[in-house]
Amino acid sequence: MRLKVALRHAFADFTLDATFEAPPGITVLFGRSGSGKTTIVNAVAGLLTPDAGRIAAGDWVLLDTERGTRLPPHRRRLGYIFQEGRLFPHLTVRQNLTYGAWFAPKDAPREDMGKVVDLLGIGHLLERRPGALSGGEKQRIAIGRALLSAPRLILADEPLAALDEARKSEILPYFERLRDEVSVPILYVSHSASEVARLATSVVALEGGRIVAQGTAAEVLGDPAVLPAGAREAGALLIATVVSHHHDGLTELDAGGAPLFLPRIALAPGTVVRVRIAAHDVILSRTRPEGLSALNILSGTVKEVRPGEGPGAIVALDTYAGRLLARITRRSADALGLGPGVAAHAIVKTVSVAPTDIGGGIRRAAPVSPNEPGR
Amino acid sequence: MDWLGPEEWRAVTLSLQVSFWATLVSLPIGVFVAYALARWSFPGKQLLNGLVHLPLILPPVVTGYLLLLTFGTRGPVGSVLAEFGIVFAFRWTGAALAAGVMAFPLMVRAIRLSIEAVDPKLEQASSTLGASPLWVFLTVTLPMTLPGIVAGAILAFAKAMGEFGATITFVSNIPGQTRTIPSAIYAFLQVPGGESSAMKLVIVSVVVAMGALLLSEIVGRRVAARVGGQ
Repeated sequence: MRLKVALRHAFADFTLDATFEAPPGITVLFGRSGSGKTTIVNAVAGLLTPDAGRIAAGDWVLLDTERGTRLPPHRRRLGYIFQEGRLFPHLTVRQNLTYGAWFAPKDAPREDMGKVVDLLGIGHLLERRPGALSGGEKQRIAIGRALLSAPRLILADEPLAALDEARKSEILPYFERLRDEVSVPILYVSHSASEVARLATSVVALEGGRIVAQGTAAEVLGDPAVLPAGAREAGALLIATVVSHHHDGLTELDAGGAPLFLPRIALAPGTVVRVRIAAHDVILSRTRPEGLSALNILSGTVKEVRPGEGPGAIVALDTYAGRLLARITRRSADALGLGPGVAAHAIVKTVSVAPTDIGGGIRRAAPVSPNEPGR
Repeated sequence: MDWLGPEEWRAVTLSLQVSFWATLVSLPIGVFVAYALARWSFPGKQLLNGLVHLPLILPPVVTGYLLLLTFGTRGPVGSVLAEFGIVFAFRWTGAALAAGVMAFPLMVRAIRLSIEAVDPKLEQASSTLGASPLWVFLTVTLPMTLPGIVAGAILAFAKAMGEFGATITFVSNIPGQTRTIPSAIYAFLQVPGGESSAMKLVIVSVVVAMGALLLSEIVGRRVAARVGGQ
């Protein structure tokens, strides 16, 4: 099922105007706060009625302002995972989980309670009340509650934003499993490039209420013109396959035929992973450097140099491993004579790749194919 | 309780009966009005709010007289209800009506505050999970408002037990019919030698009032802990 969304809504300070499609898997609405992401999700949920728009999946129409169709929220059959969890404090965890199923039509396809509880690791919490649970536990229960409501669509509004780094890395794998194991489309709001890199099947990048890019995670993150989260968050996505684990704590991967060394990844050889290489961690060199401590040197040709507003510039480099972005100063770009077509080497320190930027498991049907050559 | 004479005993049971029914009947209305004031915006909202609070501000005698004009056997409402066999004037039902009207503002205030304390985001979450507005109210708003409803009910009960001015104006002071504890104390104090009977009823009043407060504390704390998700 593909969700088709077309919305226009005027706020006091900006106008949202967005048209996109969400295929099965996770579609991340990616942008800074105030770019209109949450407005879109709330319009899909029916919590906000836009000035004009149409939201439909096949012949199932949620909203059509032209025809005056507007399903109330409780008849849209959505699983909405909120940023703050929003568990019902007066109900036990089990009652929270079964709340939505109670209202779902009898013949609706249902997730198995035991399976969801296992997937989320919340079996020991079922008889507790949400008040005393940790943020991570609450958010896992919120995910389960949404899943078990027999939804035709799952919405997640920055579900990790209220959690600290440790809790984030606790929850992220569950969304990866959701993406790979649940058949309903998931609309996921985020301002974090890491989350996009790890989760997105497709990305809709928003800026000031408008869509500035949409496509696969690799396409959007590798485009130097699209930095919805700012230049600081820039970073391209490489698809690589785990080759072997070395005794000194490194994992060797194969990225488009070249070795890539990363800190140990707890995944079996043969697993395809997504690795986000932050643009500010990439050093460029015209000649192949020698006697360098960095383990990863990827050669390629410059596709584009995009000066920023400050002293920086983003350089897009097409390598055999895929598109890389490097954030360097404009002075360096000029000194090296970087421009389209120029050959250059990208240097990536192994330890600079954060574990949160490495995601395991990729949906086989995902439009991003492994070892995709640089475009 | 031998130390209460038959007349005093009658006043006590009548007071309990009047307050019980006054609270029970006004509770659903109170919840509805409190919800309307807390969550809806409609024309005349301020008027309704003022009307609800009027008995709190008006002299009780004025409220009683207005009740008499409206619900008396020849009043516009009273005469209609009389045709269905519902009579308020000079009956214990009238005492219950007066007590209920006087206690209503306190009840509505307590419930309204607790409804306003329910996070509308939880109600939104409930609706996205498939609950219609009525089910949202029954499964989220109402249970989370329970401490306020309990507090409001007990407050209203205690207020009804002590209502005097409106009751005596509306339904007079008829032994066994409308002579509640406050009216009985007043009556005993009007006759020589009635002080000891009055004193006994004063003690009963204090005990009932303290008991109500204690009960509301205990129940309130228990319900709040439950609703608070502990």
